[in-house]
Amino acid sequence: MIEFCGLKLRHPVINASGCFDVLAAARVFGDELFEQFPFAAYVSKTITLRARAGNPPPRLWESAAGLINSIGLPNGGLRAYLETDLPALAAALPVPLITNVMGSTPEEVGEILDALEAEATVAAIELNVSCPNVATGLDIGADPDGLEALLHHVRPRSSKPLIVKLTPNTADVAACAAGAQAGGADAVSLINTLRALALAPGGSGAWLGGGSGGLSGPAIRTVALAQVSRVAQRVTIPVVGMGGVASGADARDLLDAGATLVAVGTESFRDPAAGSRIARELDDGFTQIAH
Amino acid sequence: MSAPFGRRHAPLLIRRTYGPYVVLGAGDESARAQPGQFYMLASAERWGGGDGERPYLARAVSVMSVGDEGLMEFLLEEVGPGTKRLCELEVGEGLLIVGPLGHGFDEPDAGVEPLLVGGGIGIAPLVAVQEAWGGQALLGFRDAEHAKAAELFTDPLVSTDDGSRGHHGFVTELLEAELAKQSRPIYACGPPAMLHAVRAVARTHEVDCELAVEAPMACGFGACYGCVVATVDGYRRVCVDGPVFDGAVLA
Repeated sequence: MIEFCGLKLRHPVINASGCFDVLAAARVFGDELFEQFPFAAYVSKTITLRARAGNPPPRLWESAAGLINSIGLPNGGLRAYLETDLPALAAALPVPLITNVMGSTPEEVGEILDALEAEATVAAIELNVSCPNVATGLDIGADPDGLEALLHHVRPRSSKPLIVKLTPNTADVAACAAGAQAGGADAVSLINTLRALALAPGGSGAWLGGGSGGLSGPAIRTVALAQVSRVAQRVTIPVVGMGGVASGADARDLLDAGATLVAVGTESFRDPAAGSRIARELDDGFTQIAH
Repeated sequence: MSAPFGRRHAPLLIRRTYGPYVVLGAGDESARAQPGQFYMLASAERWGGGDGERPYLARAVSVMSVGDEGLMEFLLEEVGPGTKRLCELEVGEGLLIVGPLGHGFDEPDAGVEPLLVGGGIGIAPLVAVQEAWGGQALLGFRDAEHAKAAELFTDPLVSTDDGSRGHHGFVTELLEAELAKQSRPIYACGPPAMLHAVRAVARTHEVDCELAVEAPMACGFGACYGCVVATVDGYRRVCVDGPVFDGAVLA
């Protein structure tokens, strides 16, 4: 049993936000999904105050040992999440729910946190700070002082554990993690996708409908390890490590680098049950060490 | 019916070719696919390390035929590093499969023989439709070499771009001629331009059409939101809301 921000988890493997839609998967795989649920906690895709259609296709580009995506956070908005998704998740989900949220202003984030406060189904909140700041064009999570200020503003709006999902597209991720901790975050999670670009053939510009995208998969595994390691040395709050995890050995590396939990993202696209396999491989590793 | 949860190993039992197309057959006793459904396929060995250090993700491939005892057949054409690796597999080698996935074709009303309009590799799901429910196949290919895949159908009508086999022209011209004789619903799969033309013909003749559309996919089970297509209700995921859509719903 793993203790994380007051949650008791069966094993240290969860999903990366936006990489598993449990309600869609239930339509495809039926009850077997819940009987063999691959994650110790379930992280929702990003919820925003208002509905978002997402970016125009194409949204995907397969790169060398990785994937560039520009999905654009499609979701039905906070109200639809509260009215439709949460009751369905409450009825079906066999593990704690971590709801991932994003707002383009501190007030928007605060409004979402207010609305989730009364929802017992939401065990914890993950705050996506990879949203561009309208004034600077930088991710709001890329500036340590700005991130700390955001946290000071929104932290009092929620009594639930608050995990800050850090962006890797910054000069000093450890400073951003320290800013999140100083602002009152209960944990940090990293890495989000690395900004990346795929060009359409013939010099006609960006391939993806949204322009640039985010790189994930084995291509970013060693970058994730470096960033998780630096962050874990800098902060005292728990760290959720992710980025290119495809095996128990990859998960073990992140745990050894200081992570408390490991999240699986793109590997679940290749195998929907990857989380279970990785947790099992980790456990087998523990057994070997014990013997 | 639900798909088994997770990725499974399936030995390749069949490999044969029709011109440039390769048929792969694998056993999957635990699942029965409906016409129009698909699997995510990868090779069990050496998936990756090809051109551009790809493939990485599995490839979405329509079920071409559902045989006895869960034998699934797929039709492939080499168009990139993923299909290249799949096409070079030999009998006895392993596939990694997830499926069957997606929303397939609706069964036609009793006694109705639909028109099955296919273009190129898009003929694949229509083989399964004809096996299950019958229907007149109208097939468009680049040339006679590609048109060898017409053998997969019973009594097809064929068109080719270069006139080297069958009607010299577009498959939609065959469709117009058939609809002029008898009004009947259309099941279609093929390149975007062909599907666009099929929808226009269906509107003109006021017949229903169901279209199997293709989109690059990362997962196949609704997780990534990468495969969306524009519909009158906004973007919809091809993998879970399709791949078969009512032609009137597509934007």
